[in-house]
Amino acid sequence: MLKRFLLIAAVLVPGGAALAQDAGVPLLHAGTDINDVQSLQRGARDFMNYCSGCHSLQYLRYSRMAKDLRIPPAELAGNLLFTSTKPLDHIKSAMPAADAVNWFGNAPPDLTLMARYMGVDYIYSFLKGFYADKSRLWGVNNLYKPNVAMPFVLAPLQGVQKPVYKSVTDPAGHAGMELTGVAPMAPGSMTPEQYDQFVRDIANFLDYAAEPIKAKRETIGIFVTLFLLVFFAFTYLLKKEYWKDVH
Amino acid sequence: MAAAPEPADAGKSRGFINWIDQRFPLTSLWKEHLAEYYAPKNFNFWYYFGSLAALVLVNQIVTGIFLTMNYKPSAAEAFGSIEYIMNDVDWGWLIRYMHTTGASAFFIVVYLHMFRALMYGSARKPRELLWIFGCLIFVLLMAEAFMGYVLPWGNMSFWGAQVITSLFGSLPVIGGTLVEWIRGDYVIADATLNRFFALHVAALPLALIFLVIAHVMALHEVGSNNPDGIEIKKLKGPDGHPLDGIPFHPYYTVKDMVGVAGFLLLFCGVIFFEPTFGGFFLEAANYTPANPLQTPPDITPVWYFTPFYAMLRAVPSFAGTQIWGVLVMGSAVVVLFFVPWLDRSPAKSIRYKGPIYKVALALFVVAFVTLGDCGMHPPAGIYPLLARLGTAVYFAFFLLMPWYTKIDSVKPVPERVTGHA
Repeated sequence: MLKRFLLIAAVLVPGGAALAQDAGVPLLHAGTDINDVQSLQRGARDFMNYCSGCHSLQYLRYSRMAKDLRIPPAELAGNLLFTSTKPLDHIKSAMPAADAVNWFGNAPPDLTLMARYMGVDYIYSFLKGFYADKSRLWGVNNLYKPNVAMPFVLAPLQGVQKPVYKSVTDPAGHAGMELTGVAPMAPGSMTPEQYDQFVRDIANFLDYAAEPIKAKRETIGIFVTLFLLVFFAFTYLLKKEYWKDVH
Repeated sequence: MAAAPEPADAGKSRGFINWIDQRFPLTSLWKEHLAEYYAPKNFNFWYYFGSLAALVLVNQIVTGIFLTMNYKPSAAEAFGSIEYIMNDVDWGWLIRYMHTTGASAFFIVVYLHMFRALMYGSARKPRELLWIFGCLIFVLLMAEAFMGYVLPWGNMSFWGAQVITSLFGSLPVIGGTLVEWIRGDYVIADATLNRFFALHVAALPLALIFLVIAHVMALHEVGSNNPDGIEIKKLKGPDGHPLDGIPFHPYYTVKDMVGVAGFLLLFCGVIFFEPTFGGFFLEAANYTPANPLQTPPDITPVWYFTPFYAMLRAVPSFAGTQIWGVLVMGSAVVVLFFVPWLDRSPAKSIRYKGPIYKVALALFVVAFVTLGDCGMHPPAGIYPLLARLGTAVYFAFFLLMPWYTKIDSVKPVPERVTGHA
């Protein structure tokens, strides 16, 4: 019956429905920690070096990031800002959107809210899910986002992975292959452990970027809760006092 | 009214109050609605949710005003302005989470408030209008929540609005024109967002406030019901006040403060530790901007609409039109208005009703929760069947009520209320 509404919607909207397909492979657990400032700093550095050429963080300012991640101004100016950007600027990518569409088929998405939209585990899994696929434009495909448009820019670090299939038979009796995972094919400059940490740092940083207040809000929440517990106790005692004379 | 003896130290402030009283009925309003409004002394846990609903309404209005100061109601800027509120406006994140959590909290307290009325017969004579005002508040609240959900202009905002507005298209003859008139465009677009913003921040809150005032005035005219479902005004003491009544202020003002404190503990727990509430209060699918070319894999409303959404989908199309599902969903709300006349039991409260009503109400709750669950899942596997069963039980609860409340056994209803909290 949902189809019915999708159908109505598809008819009403020119262009119709391009469904976001998610693969059936379960996501990996990222194991990130928003309070690990060193991990966030490494993630910020690596994001600027490897991701920000194409992906923006358009709702986050450099200055806010530097303050939250305790990055000294000199460090920010020297290593993270590009020549023409100022600390109060939003983190925009240098790539013109129109060119991006020509080069990749669609513009690289802004990543500010990716951790809220798809989840931090998805980001972690996605960056570990590329495998060699000659049928694709950039020679790679992704276990967690089939037919991904992005080239695997981290290949020099992780190396190249190959797909792992298992034989399956569908209910009609046709034999086929199902993609179940990836396995190392050619090593990169990082060990698997180093790469895991690298990807975890980036996922952690994007979790921060999606909600910069998160760590602070939880800290404030503890004080709010303590205050309300005291408030609750006092209101309870007040009520008891007043209600003594109700029989 | 005879003047009460005044405390000796009240001279000066009394003079000021007198000055006002000669020009505005301050003291008489205070007495009528608080100090000398006599409420039954046996209110239990279920009687917190009225004052809590008022608290949440105030929360929504105050946080809404501050959100309005920073939100941009345009298709190009709306999504970004939410992130501006989250990241750049001082305490903007808190204001926004208070508003988003408040929306869900509103429905939680209102559903519990309505359930209380079904348990204790609070809708019945002489409280029919009180109940009808309440039902109108519920209808407006649904419209308010729906339009508010569209404002962040995320992809689920867009597609949710697309689905819900297209329901009006199923009406014969005028459907197509009506949908276009509602949207202000052929599709959900900037014009739609703009008018939904106007309705969400001005028209509907204004109407809600008027209805809440009418609701409270009707309540204070007839007096509160209570868990025993008996009229405390029948037995009055020599002072003319109900024997089982106590002044709302200070007794229930201090008691409701305990409720407020308990509520705030839960409310702030969500705001500060889990503002998305596992995706129930804020959906992940709405954290990507509205995109007319990309339908989300599942279009589901926020949790508080899912029981009604499930009923909408439970009815198959028939005679070439989808309108039957829309009618069933609409009837599910309309039938609520008739509750005061559907219950024929001599007893109002579930405490003195027979086993049939208890079972019926329990089944109704199970059906409502099941429908809520069905509305969150794609209609595949067991869900369409569950949704149809749930819809049948939902309507049976109301439509068969005149019959089963009449044949049900009744326990003797006491003269005086039993116990107090």
